[in-house]
Amino acid sequence: MTSVSSSSEFQHQHHFKSAEHQYASSKQGIWLFLCTEILMFGGLFVGYLIYHSLYPTVFKNGSETLDWKMGAVNTVVLLVSSFTMAAAINYVQRGLHKIAAIMLALTIACAGAFMVIKYFEYSHKFHVGTVPGKFSLVDPTCGAGGKRAECESKISALLKNPAELEKNHVNAEEVARLKAVISQPKWEMFYGFYFVMTGLHGIHVVAGALLIFWIFIKTLRRKVGPEYYTPVEGVGLFWHVVDLVWIYLFPLLYLVG
Amino acid sequence: MSSAHTKTEHGHTDHNYLNHGSGIWSWMTTLDHKRIGLMYFATVSTLFLIGGFFALGIRLHLAKFGAEPLLDPDTYNKFMTFHGAIMVFMVIIPGIPAFLGNFVLPIQLGAKDVAFPRLNLASYYIFIAGAAIAASSMVFNQVDTGWTFYTPYSTAKTSNGVILLVLGAFTMGFSSILTGLNFIVTTHKLRAPGMTMDRIPLMIWALYSTSIIQILATPILAITLLLIGAEKTLGVGIFDPDLGGDPVLFQHFFWFYSHPAVYIMILPAMGVISELITAFSKKTIFGYRAIAYSSVAIAAVSFLVWGHHMFVSGQSTLAGIVFSIITMFVGVPTAIKLFNWISTMYRGTVTFEAPMLFALGFMFLFTIGGLTGVFLASTGMDVHFHDTYFVVAHFHYVMVGGTLMALMGGIFYWFPKMFGRMTSDLGGRISWVLIFTGFNVTFFPQFVLGAMGMPRRYFDYLPEYTNLNQISTVGSWLIGLGFLVGLITIIHGIFKGEKASDNPWGAKTLEWQTSSPPPHENFINTPTVTAGPYDFR
Repeated sequence: MTSVSSSSEFQHQHHFKSAEHQYASSKQGIWLFLCTEILMFGGLFVGYLIYHSLYPTVFKNGSETLDWKMGAVNTVVLLVSSFTMAAAINYVQRGLHKIAAIMLALTIACAGAFMVIKYFEYSHKFHVGTVPGKFSLVDPTCGAGGKRAECESKISALLKNPAELEKNHVNAEEVARLKAVISQPKWEMFYGFYFVMTGLHGIHVVAGALLIFWIFIKTLRRKVGPEYYTPVEGVGLFWHVVDLVWIYLFPLLYLVG
Repeated sequence: MSSAHTKTEHGHTDHNYLNHGSGIWSWMTTLDHKRIGLMYFATVSTLFLIGGFFALGIRLHLAKFGAEPLLDPDTYNKFMTFHGAIMVFMVIIPGIPAFLGNFVLPIQLGAKDVAFPRLNLASYYIFIAGAAIAASSMVFNQVDTGWTFYTPYSTAKTSNGVILLVLGAFTMGFSSILTGLNFIVTTHKLRAPGMTMDRIPLMIWALYSTSIIQILATPILAITLLLIGAEKTLGVGIFDPDLGGDPVLFQHFFWFYSHPAVYIMILPAMGVISELITAFSKKTIFGYRAIAYSSVAIAAVSFLVWGHHMFVSGQSTLAGIVFSIITMFVGVPTAIKLFNWISTMYRGTVTFEAPMLFALGFMFLFTIGGLTGVFLASTGMDVHFHDTYFVVAHFHYVMVGGTLMALMGGIFYWFPKMFGRMTSDLGGRISWVLIFTGFNVTFFPQFVLGAMGMPRRYFDYLPEYTNLNQISTVGSWLIGLGFLVGLITIIHGIFKGEKASDNPWGAKTLEWQTSSPPPHENFINTPTVTAGPYDFR
């Protein structure tokens, strides 16, 4: 370690030989845990692959109703957050607590920005009715156990009402896309995947932000420093995986179609 | 550590992990892997009694002794579901790794604790939380799907209780992942000086392979269970054919976890048996490497065989053939183990204390279970046997006859180390006789019933199946009685058992080199290992 002393008092736990030994063990543990995270998302990716090949038009139309600009902005936001996280680890390792704390705060801010953008995307979907299975069918005109064709009328009704379109910020281009979406049977399938995949990812973003906040407090209190930065690095690795998952989700959902 | 111990005999008034702290709070907040292991023991035993209650209920109903059926169809389905879910997710999967593994693994490695003691305690509480969530479905909204939650019944038809049970299983899966992770890092990083990978006891190899499966397979179950939850709450339609989904995809996902999970159940059992056979034959184990690597081989092959659960689901003939061949391949590493155990006993000084009886019981029952597995792996025969009592008998022989026999053997074997006292050998033997006999009386007739065509999971059956069903039910009481005797023997041993010496069985692995019960940090001085784990002769 090239660096300055720090006030963090650190002793390794009793069952390890040394601090290095403990650090190596913790790192192995974190990597194993991250493998399980990747595998869990892997199940969803496999499902996506299968249904994409079964219903290519549904997935193409569905994909076109997503706002790729918002997705792209979110990708940039997460990439920046990965950079600030990596920088924070570096500063903690060098004992520069103040700037490390600033970097961590920026990372949390990015996570917040990501969720705010996601909120706008989600709420727009709720308004126009492109939501997963059960709720897309919930419509007063359906009645109990109503027929699918009638149930899809929620979006159809919206498309016929210019005032509603105006209110929900639906432009002509989107009207065309929504029409294309509901012209295909099983169109809710795409939104099922969209909401489950981005929803699970969103939960990970929130969990990551909370963990970074925990690290942020530790940094302010100087509980981590050049001698001991395992939690910072561990949380950082988790955050990079959250970022990595999004880097696969974005093209798959928004671009490939 | 307060006083200076010598490494030889010391009395039991000494400082050990049981009296290291006192009061219930010191147990609830303990970071000691040995105490956490015992907490799992208590929890899993309780759950086992509940699962056993449902089992006896099912069997009593199927005996049809009275004119009126004991259970109505709906209740029967719920009994069957809770019996399966409790036994699989809460007893057999965590039984050996979380209880015996936690207790034994660090001591056998010469470590002071697992790599992440706090995570270990967290795993325990996550398990408790999961079990509580799952159990709450018994109160609020009972489930009748069977423990496999097959779609579309589970997602589109039945009650919302499925969400609770699925969420509970998800939570327990998380606990399983964290325990596996802990064991892998412990095995890699905390071995005593001189303990190379080819000197670790075979129990550790088994637990290590199990942990790999836990890490790689459980996440798939996690996402599958989350998707069921999402189907129930949001109607995402991934498994619901009404919405465009595919119920068979659920089976693929589910068995991609749940088949490897069978090896999560049986691999640790095989580890226990390796320890027992060598200790009670007083002989170096035959083919250490073969047994060690066959554990890893079973773990690897376990991921490639899930399709044999789906021979009649409409998958392609080619897929059926491929899965059939790979499934039979599992027999190779399994047989390697079995032959090595037999070779170990050959010309050994074999003694038949209770743990050894359970080990031999394991070998006998597991062999029957394994051989009938070959029948089911053959696509042609599977069409006949599929979803009959033949399957029920097969997996009970493997999972119960295998895992529970090993679990009982392991408990009696390590009991002196855990509590510093001996169990009554007679009690253990009586328990074994009852369980072993009862087991065969219960499940052997079910092979015949299955071959005769009695379908599994059914509430009722044709009159010609009555006699065999009644024999089976009588057997189930013998098993119940056997476990009761075992429980009494264990409780008697804890409070009234004779004092145990440090190494009552004359075994060679590291856990027997420390005192019984071990001190808080397992060893007074970290041991140095200079030879293999079974250095008899």
